[in-house]
Amino acid sequence: MEVPILKQGDFLIATFQAALTDEDLLQLQDALVARVGKFRSHGVIVDVTALDVMDSFAARTLRALAHMVRLRGAETVIVGIQPEVAFAMVQLGLSLEGVPTALDLEEGLAQLMKASERKGATFRGR
Amino acid sequence: MDGEIRVPIDSDADIVIARQQGRALAERLGFSATDQTIIATAISEVARNIIKFAKRGEIVLNKVMKNPEHGIAVTARDQGPGIADIQLALQDGYSTGNGLGMGLPGCKRLMDELEIKSSKGNGTIVTMKKWTM
Repeated sequence: MEVPILKQGDFLIATFQAALTDEDLLQLQDALVARVGKFRSHGVIVDVTALDVMDSFAARTLRALAHMVRLRGAETVIVGIQPEVAFAMVQLGLSLEGVPTALDLEEGLAQLMKASERKGATFRGR
Repeated sequence: MDGEIRVPIDSDADIVIARQQGRALAERLGFSATDQTIIATAISEVARNIIKFAKRGEIVLNKVMKNPEHGIAVTARDQGPGIADIQLALQDGYSTGNGLGMGLPGCKRLMDELEIKSSKGNGTIVTMKKWTM
């Protein structure tokens, strides 16, 4: 099942469906990294609200995705990690270290906009 | 309804099937939403180990009884290369599969019981149990 990617202004929003295979995750990673360049996006939101399980492969792929997107000059925010998924991740020993997270889509967008403004401000200030 | 469920593991799509079946059984057995996710996560990890190390195998799901409790038993079985040092495989941070080293030690934390039967060249059987109480 392919993950739909929505373009919203300067940002890209990828919304996970319930069950994603490893293949789907890797495909999403490639698609997002490519589209950040194509649309000159400043930020990426990955919405995992519907995701059933965040296992070690999913966590590793999301971390890699965020690092690749950053190398392309944009920021990633993971939003919508459900309480029971968070619980299982901590028990399993997984972290999304270095990857910003937010409660939901709204918070995630606010976070990206702030980051984007900061970038603009620094640039204009010079 | 709660007879043995066998899920052949042959590709990464089967990992998803196994964890969905596990979650469904856990729900029928009365596990909380959090426990259902924990069980599904542990199944995802052991199923991935099968793909990573043995290419194919199976996940077997069962209802288990231990008066007055009942629970779920997850057995991951493969005919792969086996584990040479089980103690080492259960140590945090140890991994041979370029993973995160979270697999088996992590599953042990997620579930109530975890047992490994394996020897080099003779496949691996990982049995995990979680009780409703």
